[in-house]
Amino acid sequence: MNPSQRSLLSSVRGHGDPAADVYEQHPPRMGFFTDTTLCIGCKACEVACKEWNQVPEDGLNFTGMSFDNSEGLGADTWRHVAFIEQRKPIADSRANLQHDPGAPGDGDFRWLMSSDVCKHCTDAACLDVCPTGSLFRTEFGTVVVQADVCNGCGYCVPACPYGVIGKREDDGRVWKCTLCYDRLGEGMEPACAKACPTESIQFGELAQLRERASGRVEQLREAGVSDARLYGHDPRDGVGGGGAFFLLLDEPEAYGLPPDPLATTRDLPRMWRHAAIAAAGLLGAVGASFAGRG
Amino acid sequence: MVPPAEFSSYYGRPIVKEPTWAALDIAGYLFLGGLAGASSTLAAGAQLSGRPLLARPLKLGAAGAISLSLAALVHDLGRPARFLNMLRVFKPTSPMSVGVWILSAYAPAALAAALEELLAPPEDGWARGPLESAGPARGRLASAGQARGRLGSAGPALGRLGTAAPALGRLGTAGAALLGPAVASYTAVLIANTATPAWHEGHREMPFVFVGSAASAAAGLGLLGAPLAQNAPARRLAAIGALTELAAVRLLQRRVGIVAETYHRGRAGALMRAAEALTLAGLAGASAAGRRSRPAAALSGAALLAASACARFGIFEAGRASTRDPKYTVVPQRERDRSARP
Repeated sequence: MNPSQRSLLSSVRGHGDPAADVYEQHPPRMGFFTDTTLCIGCKACEVACKEWNQVPEDGLNFTGMSFDNSEGLGADTWRHVAFIEQRKPIADSRANLQHDPGAPGDGDFRWLMSSDVCKHCTDAACLDVCPTGSLFRTEFGTVVVQADVCNGCGYCVPACPYGVIGKREDDGRVWKCTLCYDRLGEGMEPACAKACPTESIQFGELAQLRERASGRVEQLREAGVSDARLYGHDPRDGVGGGGAFFLLLDEPEAYGLPPDPLATTRDLPRMWRHAAIAAAGLLGAVGASFAGRG
Repeated sequence: MVPPAEFSSYYGRPIVKEPTWAALDIAGYLFLGGLAGASSTLAAGAQLSGRPLLARPLKLGAAGAISLSLAALVHDLGRPARFLNMLRVFKPTSPMSVGVWILSAYAPAALAAALEELLAPPEDGWARGPLESAGPARGRLASAGQARGRLGSAGPALGRLGTAAPALGRLGTAGAALLGPAVASYTAVLIANTATPAWHEGHREMPFVFVGSAASAAAGLGLLGAPLAQNAPARRLAAIGALTELAAVRLLQRRVGIVAETYHRGRAGALMRAAEALTLAGLAGASAAGRRSRPAAALSGAALLAASACARFGIFEAGRASTRDPKYTVVPQRERDRSARP
């Protein structure tokens, strides 16, 4: 990474602590660890989120995508449960799971369920591109939209590498998960974490969650669940790691997640350089046009 | 072409979100902003080199284009009444923030330059070069002086404006000329600085596509509006701009991998092909007959303007198309992942 990239990236400036850029003193970074092996697909998280945040109804659809009728994250869906029915065994023979090997069709089905949410990236592209300062970093290290400032320019929408933030067309502004900023301020946990009956959604200090998660992955792998992996946890990834990360049982793209997301700001220094060269070129070309008669 | 890698997806649903921008507003602005910026720079050159009849349409065109641009940008906002919120901050990480500040300086300059063209009498203008080549235009200049007399009698305020206009106009022309290249190039950074595959994957080449297109459009405006005796710089810039744009677009399409499909297929593909055809037609017309035939020059100019617009709308549409299929997000990332890992 070259020096000009360093100056723009929270992950380097704040040593992985994005709130440190903005606040002299701040509480520890808070986040979510979503262990999808514990998810039962009850959607209590979706409901709790909508209830607490007064998120409007966005379609009573039948998609045919297993039990997923909320389709994806957006302005009016801040927690989205994905369902994938797969013809794959959940674990190999070392796993101590209830199986009747004689039953027909048994042993080759698993049902993946995962509650998706805004990742509150360390290098948040949405925050970087916001031209009004509406999107800001809270003292908890989360990323929040100020609805009274947002003028609906929509730049954050294509900037997000996960396709999280969306625009309410009738309202004009953009909306996304706030990690229940109002609840955190009162020392409470976010609505989705509170509602989750299996503690698939775990809320807490990010550093502690990451430790717990790596322990859980090891435990699962030793039990024969070789597909278990963490996603969004690594500070070396393209967004500097997220405030919300996941334990998945398949490749990210199977869940609708990008395999190698990038905060576009990483490439911005090169873009400005090329633009400067191009602008100088235009000036030169115009000058050259006047060399000669006529 | 290497066949795309195997990839899985979540029911084929998009991963990144499509921009919510309206094509007419934003692709329209990409075209008008580029046209304005490059026209201002060309206009200053025309003025400095004694070609007032080339400078005039360029200055007026730039002012018109940037005014329409500002209207389109405000119109596209979800909350247009809050457009001034853009001036709350200055953020180098946001090309839109940087752009708003550039436009805040550029637009008044371009408008001042155009105002001078409309208000100040030609004989008070500066650095007027050999007028003998202007020929029949001299008659028009004389009657413009009479018109100014009528305007001056409309009130002391307008008269004061008339005398201040040359100085303001000079400042405006110079300012707009220097800021013009910034206006023409920053929008490339704006669209490339997203997760939209067709735009981001082409971020290295996009600024050159944009300034080439802007130069070509400005040259087209010059060819359309200036008499044959003064249009040589426009003909030369048309060649430079058009060739730059054609080469940069080809290079971009070659280097973005599977995402290049979005530039070739569907509506985007049609627009890009139209842009290329119109560019070549305009270039051919300007080079072959632009010196001798006023109609040919004007037609070539119009073709170049249309080509620039088609290119901007085509690039915009390609971007949107690239967000709709998850493969354009997944495949490049998997390829990058594979190449990075030892």
